[in-house]
Amino acid sequence: MVAPGALRVVRCGGSTLRGARAVYLLCASGDFVKVYSVNTEETLRLMGGHADMVTGIQLNPHNHMQLYSSSLDGTIKLWDFMDGIPIKTFTVGCKLLALYTLASAEDSVFVVIPKKGERDTFQLVKVKLTKGAGQDLEGKELSVVLDGVGASVKHIAFGREGAYVASVKDVNLQVYFFKRKLLNRFSLSTIKTKGGDNRFSCVVCHPTEDCIATGHADGKIRLWRNFHHKKDYTYSTLHWHHDIVMDLAFSMEGTRLLSGGVESVLVQWHNESSCQKDFLPRLGSPIESISLSSDGALCCTLHTDNRITIINSNLRFSRSIQGLIKSRDVKTGLVVDPRTKALVLNGEPGHLQFYSLQSDQQLFSLDIVQRQYIHEAGLKQSDLVKVAFSARGSWLATVEESEEVADPELQLKLWFYHEEAQSFVLNTRINTPHDNHITDMCFRDMDELGDDSLILVTTGRDCVFKVWVMVEDSDPEAQQSVSWSCDFVGSYHNYQATNCCFSEDGSLLAVSFEETVTVWDSLTWDLKCTFCHPPGNIRKICFGRLTCSKYLIGATDYGFLCCWNLLTCALEWSAHLNVVVLQPDPLSEHIAAVSWLSKESSLFVFKPNEPRPIYIQRNLCKEKILLAAFVPRDEPEMTNSEKYLWLRKSQLFFLTDTQELMTLSTKSLEERLTPSSKQLAVEESLPVTPFSVLLGKHRRQQAQEDTDLGKPLVLNKQEQASPAVKELLHTPAHVLPSASFLCTIFINSLLISKENKSAEEVADEVEMESEKAEDDSDEEDVTAMEQEDTTHMELLGEMTHKLSKSQEKELRKIRKMDYSWISAF
Amino acid sequence: MATYKPVVVQACPKLGERITQDTLYWRGYKTPVQIKEFGAINKIDFSPAPPYNYAVTASSRIHIYGRYSQEPIKTFSRFRDAAYCATYRDDGRLLAAGSEDGSVCLFDISGKAALRQFEGHTKPVHVVGFLSDKYRIFSGGDDYSSNLWDIPSATEIISYSEHTDYVRCGCASKVNADVFITGSYDHTVKLFDARTKSSVMTIEHGHPVESVLLFPSGGLLVSAGGRYVKVWDVLKGGQLLVSLKNHHKTVTCLCLNSSGQRLLSGSLDRHVKIYSTTSYKVVHSFNYATSILSLALSPEDETIVVGMTNGVLNVKHRKPEEKNENSQKKRQPAYRTYVKGRTYMPKQEDFCVSKPVKRVLRKYDKLLRSFQSSKALDAVLEPPIMLHTPEVTVAVMQELHRRGTLRSALAGRDEKQVNLLLTFVARRVIEPRFTPVLVTVADMITDIYQPVVGQSAIVDKQFLKLQEAIGKEIDYQEELLEVLGMMDTLFATFTKKKDTCLGENKSNGVTEIIETNRNY
Repeated sequence: MVAPGALRVVRCGGSTLRGARAVYLLCASGDFVKVYSVNTEETLRLMGGHADMVTGIQLNPHNHMQLYSSSLDGTIKLWDFMDGIPIKTFTVGCKLLALYTLASAEDSVFVVIPKKGERDTFQLVKVKLTKGAGQDLEGKELSVVLDGVGASVKHIAFGREGAYVASVKDVNLQVYFFKRKLLNRFSLSTIKTKGGDNRFSCVVCHPTEDCIATGHADGKIRLWRNFHHKKDYTYSTLHWHHDIVMDLAFSMEGTRLLSGGVESVLVQWHNESSCQKDFLPRLGSPIESISLSSDGALCCTLHTDNRITIINSNLRFSRSIQGLIKSRDVKTGLVVDPRTKALVLNGEPGHLQFYSLQSDQQLFSLDIVQRQYIHEAGLKQSDLVKVAFSARGSWLATVEESEEVADPELQLKLWFYHEEAQSFVLNTRINTPHDNHITDMCFRDMDELGDDSLILVTTGRDCVFKVWVMVEDSDPEAQQSVSWSCDFVGSYHNYQATNCCFSEDGSLLAVSFEETVTVWDSLTWDLKCTFCHPPGNIRKICFGRLTCSKYLIGATDYGFLCCWNLLTCALEWSAHLNVVVLQPDPLSEHIAAVSWLSKESSLFVFKPNEPRPIYIQRNLCKEKILLAAFVPRDEPEMTNSEKYLWLRKSQLFFLTDTQELMTLSTKSLEERLTPSSKQLAVEESLPVTPFSVLLGKHRRQQAQEDTDLGKPLVLNKQEQASPAVKELLHTPAHVLPSASFLCTIFINSLLISKENKSAEEVADEVEMESEKAEDDSDEEDVTAMEQEDTTHMELLGEMTHKLSKSQEKELRKIRKMDYSWISAF
Repeated sequence: MATYKPVVVQACPKLGERITQDTLYWRGYKTPVQIKEFGAINKIDFSPAPPYNYAVTASSRIHIYGRYSQEPIKTFSRFRDAAYCATYRDDGRLLAAGSEDGSVCLFDISGKAALRQFEGHTKPVHVVGFLSDKYRIFSGGDDYSSNLWDIPSATEIISYSEHTDYVRCGCASKVNADVFITGSYDHTVKLFDARTKSSVMTIEHGHPVESVLLFPSGGLLVSAGGRYVKVWDVLKGGQLLVSLKNHHKTVTCLCLNSSGQRLLSGSLDRHVKIYSTTSYKVVHSFNYATSILSLALSPEDETIVVGMTNGVLNVKHRKPEEKNENSQKKRQPAYRTYVKGRTYMPKQEDFCVSKPVKRVLRKYDKLLRSFQSSKALDAVLEPPIMLHTPEVTVAVMQELHRRGTLRSALAGRDEKQVNLLLTFVARRVIEPRFTPVLVTVADMITDIYQPVVGQSAIVDKQFLKLQEAIGKEIDYQEELLEVLGMMDTLFATFTKKKDTCLGENKSNGVTEIIETNRNY
């Protein structure tokens, strides 16, 4: 993370998973460990504390409420994941690549570390976790178990009751028996026969028998038995996958074996025979790992596109937890849906994902290509390359093309937002709108006019730009009343058209043809004027907005940023800057330009009317920033600083070439994790049991009866909301005084006191109680390391700030009399 | 979670004329019956009374035909020279006709000899008609005069000599018994009232008037002359409502359909155009072998009879209404099983379990789902699919190509199947919507079956056919490009200013027209 000044870059994507329980799903995601509820798919906790990527998580075999996690920063942390509290931190001192725990091995865990002095060699070591009083402990007692192991978590597996450990690397399988201190090595032939590739990809051990299952790069699964003997070992082969087996998992009893690979099909093998198998096909994207819950009721698969699918034990799809889908290549750019304010970009192959930034969730995925996706190496897939929304979001234009160079099979599709279906419905499909690839597309943004005047412009490498208009069908019997058709075809000296852009009022269209920018009248389609800044092709163009609408900004390949005045038709200013991304803010006149110079991206924010940038952020990140988008805020953010005025109305998001989504924020991390996003308490998210339903009903009924009977309301309130009773019931038992001591006080407190308390007093008490509750939640928040949440960033204005100060005072007061409730008795 | 997505079959919008209610209605006629007459047919008139016989005037005879008879059931042939314009009276019992010698004859349809003969015109009489009171006849002759005759006394009531050229057409009002109109080659249509001494209204058509028509309401007047059909509002003093120019030769005859909703016009350009009388747009058109002189529609539009210049009478009968009862006869499930539970409305506390909708996949989709490429191709090469929905076949071929299995699916076929495949490709490869896919397919077939060329005469023949088809198409495209080049130069000379954008726009329009023409 980069945190220069008050601005910081925040990562929003990326995840790897390991470990699941029947109710909670634990998942290592970047530097964090996330806890999801299996039932509601919500993120319950976000446990942060590691300074680098979390590489492995394992439940503590002796206490299933605790979790070990290892990270590249060289520490192992023990967590209480119910509360999200780190219990202990063990510092090992070198990069930890994988983590394993064993029930039989008390107070020690196994980790994979790089071997000292050698590159790309790894060893499995046993780390003795010292028992100590403090939080931070040293875990330096290392003993090497196996040498030359694979770096991946999947390359090592511990056998039945921890009797042996199996490790695979390339074509070698090593089995080490702890008791006998015996190491058996088995090798497969390296010769690739018939396209077969014998290299191992993953290994798992049978939970009850002496059996090892290994997955291979050619899609085979081998089941090894009798590996106690060096010579007499046997193996059987299961083959269904046509490509590499990414992960394997045995069911709890070992009767079923699950396997998954790039086909995105989950295969379930029964009784280790190849004839009995079940499939769960079309999971959407390649399966990266498979994990089973400890009771065997659920299985979850982690996919390469940053998604977790939860599957029932009878191989039925249950639900999926989905963040920002990683696609191979974001060709569409970052587009903001005006309707939902969601970020729209390539999702699954052929799909468009609508990603909500507020909730870090995928809103929905729109199938654009509508074809069966077949995963096979070397196939020319067709995918979405361009997306444009009309100003109000009622029309969506998409362009798809196949990867074939000669015949791109272009299709332009226009989708209409159907209010009843709450989804986009295909309106018009145009086959081969251009003879060559489409380079850019834009709608005429005209808020004040009706949708009838919508115009779509596409530019293509076939040297023309085309104007598409809506045509109303005169025939009343036709199914749809409007369709789109080509209205005008324009070209300029047979140059390739590269970019297009409408001015804010929609009267002018700028189209760049290689080195030249041409400006057209959008009513008559006359060429008005041309601009040029040789040498170098135009890379990006955009019009200024609001007060700067008379300017046209262009960026060229040779590193120039030019600003032309449309009234004088002359160059206003130009700057030497290698601009990769040029993004105007739709709500203000600011324009953001991201430059790429010698391995660092820099951000410049400027107004077109002055050549001096308002804001410069050098060295924004190490990766190349490919795309950027301004997302309008729901409410303007209050900033004191002049410097960040441009962030008031919208927020800037970037996507780097490593597919990480970043944003700029004026808030520090702690402030961003606001208490307003109240954590769902773990206990509240428990499933509704018949008992709780019954009890709830009963309680409600009672409450109703009480009010019906017209009991004194004050009394009722006091009874239910007595902070003392509540505190008593909610305080953990081990910190309470002995029950015998409390019993009488407790019963006394339940008795109705003779003199009624005045209403004021009661109100006072209630207030105090609520403050206390706030206090509690506040404390919880601090410890729980709130999930990063972009929603409430803007809520954190000055107002809440002041309020929190006054609150703080109150809280301090309350904290002092923390145990005063006992004296109430 | 995603399910299998069926192959998308690209639907192309139908080019050419759109199917409307009108096209369906006017297409509902049987193949025409052709009857040869002795000369050019100048008038066809349907009897207003059942059984709706029609009188055809050609040369010196008047033939009366029955509804389905191919032979005349009666002939009036007592004319010394050509007869003109045999017209029925409203009750269908009398028939009046003009003749070359200037006399107007009145016949009883059951008799043979003329009942009356009205002498007074000095030149041929081309138009006669009954006024709607049934007792008077109007006539117009080449002596420029329009006369009115009394039937009982066989005397001339009045003679108007207002036209300055031949009077060739006329029509009596159905509303007013005293009003009739005549059209003349002097470019005018005149409206006469028998109670006045001169014409009441004169309408300037602008071309020699060949035919006139009054709407049943009497308010609208239609005149045809030259290439124009014009509609006039009589009540507004002869104001022009609309001028239609849909023919490219002289319009010779006009006719209304039985409901008065459609206007038909026949022309020397061999077309009959049908207009809607509300929008005055052409809703349908027929074309015929030779120039049309006369046209008539029977009541209820049962029959269209068209007379040509070469004496051929073209009779089209309406097809009987198709009865759909046969297809309805499919055995329905028993009442009890059918209705059981259908009407049950779920109550509020009921827990509804929805039945999963069963997806029906086409055969090729099922095969594609299980990756059986060759069988999927077989499934779409079955004659019903291949002949009627070639787009399905092509879509599956495209899908196979996308999956990279097209080559293996095409390979390993026997003579019969290769023959089938090549027939399809040779026939469809020139269709623009299929060309990109089928060219690939043709390429692959040639590659795969190159070694076996010469072993089978049938396959060789198909290969030659394919070659011929592609050669023809290439020649055709070259010609089109030439035409396009010529037209581009023409347009370039037309547009002086703003040449860049306008020229491109026009040329694009031309390409599109040519594209549509290619889709035969």
